[in-house]
Amino acid sequence: MSSITINGQTHGLPQDPRTTLLDFMHQHLQLFGAKKGCDHGQCGACTVLVDGERMNACLLLTFQLAGKSIVTIEGLASDDELHPLQQAFIDNDAFQCGFCTSGQICSGVALKSELEKNRPSTLWFDPDYTKTEDVKERLSGNLCRCGAYPHIIDAVSICTDEQEA
Amino acid sequence: MSAKTYSDSYNIGDPANRVDGHLKVQGKARYAGENLFDAPTLVGWILGAKVASGTLTQIDTSKAQAQEGVQAVITYQNSPDQTPFGQPEDMGRFGQSRAMLNDTRIRYAGFPIALVVADTLEQARYAARLIDYTIEPGPISLLRAPEEADVVPEDIDGGYEADAGTGDIDSALANGTRLDVHYTTPNQVSAAMEPHTSIAYYDGDTLTVHSSVQVLASAVDCLSSTFNLPAEKIRVKSPYVGGGFGSKLGLHNDAILACIGSLLLQRPVKVAMSRRQVFHNAPHRGMSHQQMALSASDDGAIHGVQHHSSMPMAKDYAFAEGTGVAARINYKANAIDSQHRVKVVDSPMIDSVRAPGDAIGSLAFESAVDELCRAINMDPVTFRRNNIAPVHPLTGADFSTNNLDRCLDEGAKAFGWEDRQYRQSGTKKNGFGVSVGMRMNIIVPSQAKITVDSKGQFTVHTDMTDIGTGTYTILTQIVAQHFGVPAHCITIDLGDSDSPASSGSGGSFGASSSGTAVLNACEALAARLSELAGLAQGNELVQFDGEQVRFGEGDTQQTHNLSELLRNAGEPAQDSLSAQGEVKPDEDHDKYAQYSCAAHFAEVSVDTVTGEVRVIRQHGAFSAGRILNHKTAGSQLKGGMVWGTSYALFEDLQQDPRDGSFVNCDFAEYHFAVNRDIGELSLDIIEEPDYKACKLGSKGIGELGITGSGAAIANAVFDATGVRVRDFPITPDKVMAGL
Amino acid sequence: MKPFSVFSLQDKQDLSKVASFEHSRFLAGGTNLVDLMKHQIEEPDQIVDLSGWQEAHQISESDHKVTIGALVTNTELADFAYRQPTLSLLSQALLAGATVQLRNRATTGGNLLQRTRCYYFYDTTKACNKREPGSGCAALDGFNRIHAVLGTSEHCIASHPSDMATAMTALDATVHTMNAAGEVRHIPVRELYTLPGDTPHIETQLGADELITAVSINKTARGTQIYQKVRDRSSYAFALVSVACAMHVKDGIIENINLAFGGVGSRPWHAKSAEDYLRGKSATEALFSQAADVELSAAKGSGGNDFKIPMLKRTLVHVLGQAASHQQQHPDHEGAIHVR
Repeated sequence: MSSITINGQTHGLPQDPRTTLLDFMHQHLQLFGAKKGCDHGQCGACTVLVDGERMNACLLLTFQLAGKSIVTIEGLASDDELHPLQQAFIDNDAFQCGFCTSGQICSGVALKSELEKNRPSTLWFDPDYTKTEDVKERLSGNLCRCGAYPHIIDAVSICTDEQEA
Repeated sequence: MSAKTYSDSYNIGDPANRVDGHLKVQGKARYAGENLFDAPTLVGWILGAKVASGTLTQIDTSKAQAQEGVQAVITYQNSPDQTPFGQPEDMGRFGQSRAMLNDTRIRYAGFPIALVVADTLEQARYAARLIDYTIEPGPISLLRAPEEADVVPEDIDGGYEADAGTGDIDSALANGTRLDVHYTTPNQVSAAMEPHTSIAYYDGDTLTVHSSVQVLASAVDCLSSTFNLPAEKIRVKSPYVGGGFGSKLGLHNDAILACIGSLLLQRPVKVAMSRRQVFHNAPHRGMSHQQMALSASDDGAIHGVQHHSSMPMAKDYAFAEGTGVAARINYKANAIDSQHRVKVVDSPMIDSVRAPGDAIGSLAFESAVDELCRAINMDPVTFRRNNIAPVHPLTGADFSTNNLDRCLDEGAKAFGWEDRQYRQSGTKKNGFGVSVGMRMNIIVPSQAKITVDSKGQFTVHTDMTDIGTGTYTILTQIVAQHFGVPAHCITIDLGDSDSPASSGSGGSFGASSSGTAVLNACEALAARLSELAGLAQGNELVQFDGEQVRFGEGDTQQTHNLSELLRNAGEPAQDSLSAQGEVKPDEDHDKYAQYSCAAHFAEVSVDTVTGEVRVIRQHGAFSAGRILNHKTAGSQLKGGMVWGTSYALFEDLQQDPRDGSFVNCDFAEYHFAVNRDIGELSLDIIEEPDYKACKLGSKGIGELGITGSGAAIANAVFDATGVRVRDFPITPDKVMAGL
Repeated sequence: MKPFSVFSLQDKQDLSKVASFEHSRFLAGGTNLVDLMKHQIEEPDQIVDLSGWQEAHQISESDHKVTIGALVTNTELADFAYRQPTLSLLSQALLAGATVQLRNRATTGGNLLQRTRCYYFYDTTKACNKREPGSGCAALDGFNRIHAVLGTSEHCIASHPSDMATAMTALDATVHTMNAAGEVRHIPVRELYTLPGDTPHIETQLGADELITAVSINKTARGTQIYQKVRDRSSYAFALVSVACAMHVKDGIIENINLAFGGVGSRPWHAKSAEDYLRGKSATEALFSQAADVELSAAKGSGGNDFKIPMLKRTLVHVLGQAASHQQQHPDHEGAIHVR
């Protein structure tokens, strides 16, 4: 396999093996939804879903992803339709400058499936942990310098509340 | 667009959703580095100097030039002509030349000595590694002790005098209980999530630059100064900015280097600073020494306030931070003595970081005030309440409005200050803290143009920016309310230097300045429409209903068809009508002390084994005139409070004293708050329109949230443990040392 | 990033087909290696890509032992170990480290081989004996708040950053390897890492062609398991100090103790002296304090990291106390407790 699927579209792999998924999308596909905040896996702005699992696109060499299916912020919903979490981010004002937002939303979407899979977090060793604190921990891989964290938690609660119900 | 966003009311004050929200949540807002020209974009990579001072004596780029994909390697030897850095002197620091690759002098660590331009990032970055160079190192001047800062800055940021005071400080300090403390705050960076990025394209005639910048008009001046190009041949665009926090007030090395690349190659060239490069190539806030002496009587009246600030100033870059301004305004006192001294250092650019002066000034000063409360055994809320200044403590000017008393009262009530409960759970102890903040309010000259077309669609043009502040939304609300039109009939076109010049974003002046300009434009348009309708000019209510325009109310109301009005507008027939508005500071800005104010409350938990501090909750009570949008304003204030936590506990850009370089240049080691660091966050807004501040009645909020919030955390740490850390940030090792 | 060629390994037997291992690196998840390659700190000419090596994704288990394939992700391993009381330390340590995004990508083998976070190692303009042998150590007289106090040398004071490796050290895991000649080794993780001495650029005893194939852990760590990590912020930060402890107490006597430290050693620090001192003795706070002193007698601060010595002692004494007290109240307890 020498191709990769991004948001349902198949692409050949870049010729230069040094190309990260993030740079591949930016330089070759003009797909700018995933952002480059640090380029070293330290901010989460480039978070995408790789076969459903969230990862930092800046640290993925594209050639390693042959046969994988990637979903980015642009692939969460079609055209002007919004994913419910995207709408929740607007309604809760869960962003300001918007630069970390793509990554936050992809993380939020992944969080929902991680909770469904009963994946533990470090909080789970504390029998008295709260769900809010647990979600904060799970979203701590997405930095936001505008400080929208409380509103991000409010927005993401639409995912976790469904989980509870 | 989904109906949801626009179903909300967009009158001024409404907690309306951001109008740019749809684009941002879909990743479709195009930030600087994401713009495309017809020609493919080349990628530039910056090679930075290894040492902080000296002269480049040799550079060999031949290996780099031979690499696949490399289009050019640019050094001082082949860069286009530029005006020397810092010229002309009278242009102000954001309009002066920011020349790069213009000579052999190294001004700071990481200073660009070459730009490699290639087809791809990987090619450029690797080729830069192959450049061989020699630097003859020069001596390094750094601020190593507070007494070394002996230069009196010409002025300090915000237009203040370096030294200011009132009364006889010596006798005031001799009276009552006296506290002498020395606080330090570290170097800090804005760390906007979007690294500084620009794409420049010079097509042989016009230089177009997409850059991430907060103020556009001065950015054009800067490029004009740097490259000796007429301003009409320069266009800067910045409609979306991924966070600024002061670090993007002016253009930086990425923009200049992208222009250099494009001027040489006449192709679009993109230069994005790597995160590591941002630490050295974008401005930072210098560390501060704050020596304070305070005194108070046993019944809680402040007698004397002395605040002496010592900070570095970057060589060739006159910016001094007003660290002492909190000490000049927060409380009345018999005597106040505030002094700022700097030392000129071989450091990367030192400039504004969110709430210059107040962010770190309030951190130290409000901690010291807490110490004074403790020394005389008074409740820190009561103490602050009793010492609120009735007029400006130094000038005696009346406040335009001042609700600090209500902020303290209502904040304390909402927080439950009187009923605070101390607990110990295992090794964790909790504690509570309070502090206040006063942030100056200013208006910066701003212009805007509004156009309505024959279908009743409005467009506002101004070179204002939205750096996450919500400008698109509040300007929409101003137009929506003025003409009674829904938000979807309004387009706000920002971030284009071809539009009328505005204040830009910074210093918490953006909303009031650009908003008033837009309001004035709306009024001018309404007046023009009234005139076209043959009505008395100026005082008519003009409301739109699609293509119908209603003038006045009640019995005298008239309705006109918009197309007909436009037909009256002139020959040949117009299909749209425009009007301009502008604002400048008026006499009320000289006459009144204009401040927004805050009271901050915090509860923390401290691990008494490890010294780790975790914030349980923060509450802020704010007064900032009329709130233009309660949703976005709340977000900004909360964001500021998050910074307070970050400043109190985490942020510390370490500078290596041996060579002046920064040490922890990544997000793994330059810590700012992550989601889990933030406790429960709440706020109250005490809303009182301040029409002396501006016609809209609003005052700045962008920096208010951070002003004082860190000190509340620091004071809570002391409350929990009895440990007073005077060297910020309050990291576990420092707390543990006192346990 | 320097240009490199790619050899795609589908099976460990493919090692013999690799022409040369000179300037070669194995690439698994890449969460550290790609980071270092971008900084041009790691500059391999060849990448041996492990993404096609299916066999290494397995976790296999018997009554006494669990074997973790080299490519099992940190997320998968944390999830698995969370449900195994005798491996709880592993789960606690993994979940205290990095972020979900990184754990989803980072692998078991890669995590063991991650490199230091020393500021000067990462800054290619600075002297670093680890990055550029013989160039000196800028950390010795520089900023060394995050550096090691145990196992250092005058040539290098870098600390090993891995939480997972600290837990594996406590649990006495075994690292299984194979080289190009097909030779297989079983190396106790406690012996995997070499001390910096005068060759800080050499970090493990692995050969250039030697591939970690799996890690196995005998389910021998009895009792209560605690991983406590002290850090500057509440998440997404490396340990200032961490303690991995498994303790079994019977009739007031410490029968079984496994102890390792993170953030303080040039390698994940097996606290063998402290273990020996504690084993068979009556569990008291005085004993814990003495054990800490025994282990830390050789600790040496470099200025900025001096605090780590008392911080580690306080944390260790607290963790031991918590584990002992829980054991005394619940003599048969196995697995995690939450440290209060």
